Formats: sequence, C-alpha cells, structure tokens
Amino acid sequence: MTILKVSGLIKRFGGNEVIRGIDLDVEKGERIAVLGASGSGKSTLLRCLNFMEMPDAGTITLDGKLVGHREAELTLVRQRIGMVFQQFNLFPHMTALGNVMEGLRTVRRMSKPDAEARAERELARVGLADKAAHYPAHLSGGQKQRVAIARALAMDPELLLFDEPTSALDPELVGEVLGVIRSLAEEGRTMLLVTHELGFAYHVATRVIFLADGTIHEQGTPDEVLKHPRRERTQAFLARHKEFSL
Amino acid sequence: MHQWDFASVLDNADVFAVGALGTLRIFAICLVAGLSFGLVVGLGRYSQRRVFYWPATAFVEFFRNTPVLVQIIWFYFALPILMPFSISPLAAASLGISLNSAAFSAEIYRAGIQSIDRGQWDGARALGMSFLQAMRRIILPQALKRMTPALTNRAIEIFKMSTLASAIAYVELLQQAKLIASLNFNPIEAYTAVAVIFFVFLWPMVQLTYVLERRLARDE
Repeated sequence: MTILKVSGLIKRFGGNEVIRGIDLDVEKGERIAVLGASGSGKSTLLRCLNFMEMPDAGTITLDGKLVGHREAELTLVRQRIGMVFQQFNLFPHMTALGNVMEGLRTVRRMSKPDAEARAERELARVGLADKAAHYPAHLSGGQKQRVAIARALAMDPELLLFDEPTSALDPELVGEVLGVIRSLAEEGRTMLLVTHELGFAYHVATRVIFLADGTIHEQGTPDEVLKHPRRERTQAFLARHKEFSL
Repeated sequence: MHQWDFASVLDNADVFAVGALGTLRIFAICLVAGLSFGLVVGLGRYSQRRVFYWPATAFVEFFRNTPVLVQIIWFYFALPILMPFSISPLAAASLGISLNSAAFSAEIYRAGIQSIDRGQWDGARALGMSFLQAMRRIILPQALKRMTPALTNRAIEIFKMSTLASAIAYVELLQQAKLIASLNFNPIEAYTAVAVIFFVFLWPMVQLTYVLERRLARDE
C-alpha cells in the first residue's frame, strides 16, 4: 500500500533549483535511506514532504489524497508525518516530558493526565523514563535526540522523517540514537532517513536512494546501491566515504 | 542663600498623595495598553504579509518620530475639534503615552521574536502547530524571557513619561507640585519633592530589574 506518492517535485530557492523533478512512492513499512553529497537536496526533499518547505511544482499524495494547498490542511498533514531534526529542536523551556506532551496537548487537545501517560510511555520507549523531569539543557545530545524522537512518536505518525538525526552528535552518542531508530524499524514503521551512516543504512533500510543535483540518481536495495553501485557518481560518493574506514 | 523649608511641602502631603494616585493610575493604564498593543504591532512588524507589515511599520515610524508631548497636546486640543466629542486629560495623556510605548515596545517584541532560533519554529510546525499555536506556546515564552530587561526599561520610561500629562493639567505628581508651588511660593521644595518621590518609587523598581536580569541570565 502506497502511503506517500510524490511526483514531479520541484523546489527553488531564489534562482537556484534545489529539487529538480523527483518522483517517489513510499510503501507502508518501507525504510528508505536517502544519501547524497551535501547540497544534493536531501534535506530539502525531506522538508518538502511535510511542507516545511513549500514545493514550487509537483504533487504530493498522502494515503491517496492530494494534499498541500490550504494552510489548515498542512497542519493536519504535519500531524501525520513526524519529523526529527539534526539539531533536535527541543523546546528549551519545557522538560523532556513537557516536550513530548506538547503536541498532544496543544495540537491534539488531549487531557493533561492522558497526555502525560502517553508521553511517559514514549519516553520509556526511547529509554528515558528517568529523565522526564529534566530540561533539555541538562541532557546529552543523544538523550536530546531520543526525546525528539519520542516527541514525534507521541503524535502516532504514519510516516517518520529523519533529517540527519546523528550528524550533530559526538561519535560516542551516535549509537544510542541509531539503536532507537532501529527498534522503530523493527516495529515496522515507515520512515525516510537522510543519513551519512552508510553502515546503518545498509543494515536497516529496505531501499536506498542516492540523490545528486536534486534528482534521484540511483536507487535500489541497500545491497544494490551500497555494494554494487552502477553509476559513476554513486561510486565516487561511496569511495569518498570509505576512504578512511577501517 | 536659599533657606530650605520642607515644612510647606509636608503640610501638603495629602495633595501629593492625590498626585501619586494619579501618576500610578496613568502608569497602570499606559503599561497595560502600551505593552499589549505593542505586542500586536510587533507581530505585524514581524509578519511576512503586507497587510499586516505596512500598517504596523507606518504606526511605529510615526509614533517613534513624533514627541509624546506633542501627541498628548494634539489629542487634547486638536482631536476634539476634528471629532464630535471632548476628551479628558487622562484619556488624552494615556493615548499619547500608550501609543508611543506601543511603538517602542513593538520593536522590542519584533527583535525578541526574531532572535528565537528558526529550529524552534520547525519543531513546533512539525508537530502540526498553527502559526498562532507555535507563537503562543513555543516562541513567545522564550522571547519574552529575553525581552524582559528591555520591557522593564520601557515600564520605567512610561512611569517617568506620566509627568508629561501635567501639560494638560491631568492631576499627577508634577501637576500637584505646580499647584503647591503656586500656592506656597516654594517651587524649589515642591519640585525637589517630586524628584525625590519619583526616585523613591523607581529606585526599588530598577533594582528589581537588575535582580530579574541576573536571574534570567543564569537560567539561559
């Protein structure tokens, strides 16, 4: 079943065309890793999918329904598509629990006890039940990102977007965040993940997309794209990434 | 050498008390009206939409670049000629001071809102929040904290600007001092007393803002 269908997506910033006609179908349960050099349009593609950036052309269909026209509708779409950011974007004036409750209270209008119970469950799921009362300033980068994941999960999204979720983390903290994402993968959640963690993409993704110049340059199974890339630019990209690996 | 004689002032303590009440009344009105209307104007200044941006900008520029005293006098003497109603000294002075404070505080609000990291908007919108929800729950609480020192400065300004209302004979501290001075021929003592009373009101307020600033800096 196709959850999200993107066709002819174009996004420009000023005169600069960052996304140049992308077609993409996301099936339920798929885990798509999006790779590409910096400036290839990975983050922009992701941000267009939940209309954090408004596409300049193309259509996006969510569960068979064309979306993206009225602002009121966009807020509904964003409730169904969760997003996790490179810089976490936690709300610093709220505790970890407050961050996770916020969407439930303000957007879903859930009662306080219900939202609290739900938020506690989500924090426990990412292994942070004991940090509920902590403010973001008193959490490590890895813990912050796990709170951010719990915050997105609390809204019960049909699709999760991860925008380089481990790029801002110290190397020793990357593992705990990837561990949480893998456990979500094992639950069968549908997700798109922009990442530079090729090993993680190889083991967790069901499909790998390589972007170059705002288009899908190559895609296939992790084995096809990461082990046996057919196109030159994919090969060059992977070679650069492997240069210093052990 | 002037012989200081504050007895004539102390004898008129009740006159000053009435003036102090008048000062506090206009201060309270202008503080609430100025700072809350300032928020509305500040949001307009922040807006991308022209229908909000241009009127807000015109308002700010007009009231920042004209003297409050002129506005107060204009509202009191000129407006009733143009309109079919008269206006009390309190209303005229409140209008002038509030609108001026709104213009200045609007810029504080705009700058405060702009200083919040774009990621906070991203985080809020990604949860499905509308613009107003994000503003109310995520952006403003953080921005207000940063704006507190600047806004308390505005409050102190408003307190002092209240003396301008004496120009249209609104009963406040300076106006009462004028009255006492003219009756007792003691302008030196009467006006010195006004300065002292203002200092006594404001000094603790300013100290409080220092404490507040240190507190906020520690929390960041």
